[in-house]
Amino acid sequence: MSTDRLAVRKTYKLYVNGAFPRSESGRTYEVTDPKGGFLANASWASRKDARDAVVAARAAFAKWSGATAYNRGQVLYRVAEVMEGRHAQFCDEVAAGEGLSGSRARAAVDAAIDRWVWYAGWTDKLGAVLGGANPVAGPYFDFSLPEPTGVVAVLAPQRSSLLGLVSVLAPVLAGGNTAVVVTSRTRPLPAVTLGEVLATSDVPAGVANLLTGDAGEIGPWLAEHDDVDAIDLTGAPAEQAMELERLAAGSIKRVVRPPAEEPDWSANPGLTRLTPFLETKTVWHPMGL
Amino acid sequence: MTHVLDPDAPAAAIPPRREPLAPYRDVTRSDAAFRAFLHGLPGVDQVGAESRVAVLGTRSIKTTAKAWAIDTAISMVDLTTLEGADTPGKVRSLAAKARRPDPGDPTTPPVAAVCVYGDLAGVAKEALTCTDISVAAVATAFPSGRASRAVKLADVRDAVANGADEIDMVIDRGAFLAGRYLDVYDEIVAVKEACARPGKDPAHLKVILETGELVTLDNVRRASWLAMLAGGDFIKTSTGKVSPAATLPVCLVMLEAVRDFRAATGRQVGVKPAGGIRTTKDAIKHLVLVNEVAGPDWLTPDWFRLGASSLLNDLLLQRQKLRTGHYSGPDHVSVD
Repeated sequence: MSTDRLAVRKTYKLYVNGAFPRSESGRTYEVTDPKGGFLANASWASRKDARDAVVAARAAFAKWSGATAYNRGQVLYRVAEVMEGRHAQFCDEVAAGEGLSGSRARAAVDAAIDRWVWYAGWTDKLGAVLGGANPVAGPYFDFSLPEPTGVVAVLAPQRSSLLGLVSVLAPVLAGGNTAVVVTSRTRPLPAVTLGEVLATSDVPAGVANLLTGDAGEIGPWLAEHDDVDAIDLTGAPAEQAMELERLAAGSIKRVVRPPAEEPDWSANPGLTRLTPFLETKTVWHPMGL
Repeated sequence: MTHVLDPDAPAAAIPPRREPLAPYRDVTRSDAAFRAFLHGLPGVDQVGAESRVAVLGTRSIKTTAKAWAIDTAISMVDLTTLEGADTPGKVRSLAAKARRPDPGDPTTPPVAAVCVYGDLAGVAKEALTCTDISVAAVATAFPSGRASRAVKLADVRDAVANGADEIDMVIDRGAFLAGRYLDVYDEIVAVKEACARPGKDPAHLKVILETGELVTLDNVRRASWLAMLAGGDFIKTSTGKVSPAATLPVCLVMLEAVRDFRAATGRQVGVKPAGGIRTTKDAIKHLVLVNEVAGPDWLTPDWFRLGASSLLNDLLLQRQKLRTGHYSGPDHVSVD
């Protein structure tokens, strides 16, 4: 083989409704490593891409939320399998994007895949842990069930490009919601690869939509959008967070406030990221005599 | 060919054929002459038509122009329900939506008409009293048109008697494709006569060409001319039951036909694309086409209609977006 083979350059695109479109706006931006070296050109999503993604997520919601918890778990586990197959690619991208050494990047990718498996396991246990029969004083069989909130907009963490992304996306999907994610602006490449992973596992089109771009630009449109049921502001610019929360109030969205500082994503998250996107339905069923 | 309902009924005297408008008085003198005329119409350049609509489709309509286009499109909608499962209750709720498409915003214009099956025209008429909204009824064995002429005419008279202001008839595509153009012509003329209303103007006649079954754009042009010569007040693309329904190239050819027909005869005929127009973007593309091909004279609900059901909700969502500045969602418009 000749050593001066031309490089096959990859075109980085969005992941919306199971397909890989360019941004409707035609915009792209340069992705660099922490030292400023050029890595790739990524699509720069606009508000209209976000709008299209919300339409796709809404359309996908009935099927995904209606699937059995067991089936959702299987599908999510399959995602982890495909991620494992892309392990080396994820390691390269995390190392280049976050400026990590090979071993630390590998540890982050391992943790991200393990995190995904962990959330896949939660799908069919949420009902038992968060719901159950309630003792009531009356002739009723009374029970509570966690149900998904709906379409969730996620502003993904800006620093942790894979482990952070998985830590905010997987719990949304595990609960039965569909997601529109705005990825890290400066470190979007692992998210693009995760889109390819989602497209080649059994996740139905539209369940997860990944937009590379600026959370500060798209965030307000998603926060105000009447057809978005919840918004996770984790990756929102600090100075904008309060304004986003105010906009979200217009349509009474569930809001997850951003942490003061990006947390250590390797810590055990518990149920803190599952419960904000679950609604408790309580049924009072009359008991026969 | 056609059967009579009562075999013992005396045969009606065949009146002389109604002649088309000048200067086309003589084209229906015989089958051969009519065929020669229709086939003598200039052929349609299909690639040219497609590239023309592709170019017009890229027009960017924004801000105030978009607001105008959305309101105009809403006022042109023929809000349609043509399901076997239609009930008086469903027609009444559709009529309520026609009067006040967006209850949250009283500045939203009402639609042009409500389009239903003939037996429900009376329900629609009653629900639309004291409004300018017309009741359109489909007739003539819609959607296939496969019935004898006596049945089709009875269908039309029944719909008119029920209160329909507009009749949407289908042409006999079998006869058209077999080249029996005069049969199709005579049938449209007969239906037009059946649209008569005592003491009032006759019900408006919309002629559905069902372009999805006509196969070529040349046939669309011929059928458009045939329907206009026979006295149709509107030419309509499709029933909505056949795919493809309203496409932009078909609409382009029909708009050219009405433009040329008015230039030749002085009579203006309306156009109604129906079926498959679901988004505001599609509707605006049609409006651009009307303005550029037929001209602004056609940009009113009297001369251009959009047959649709789900389109209205999308128009309302876009209207809400323009008004509030943020995206709306399907929870904010009624389910049909």
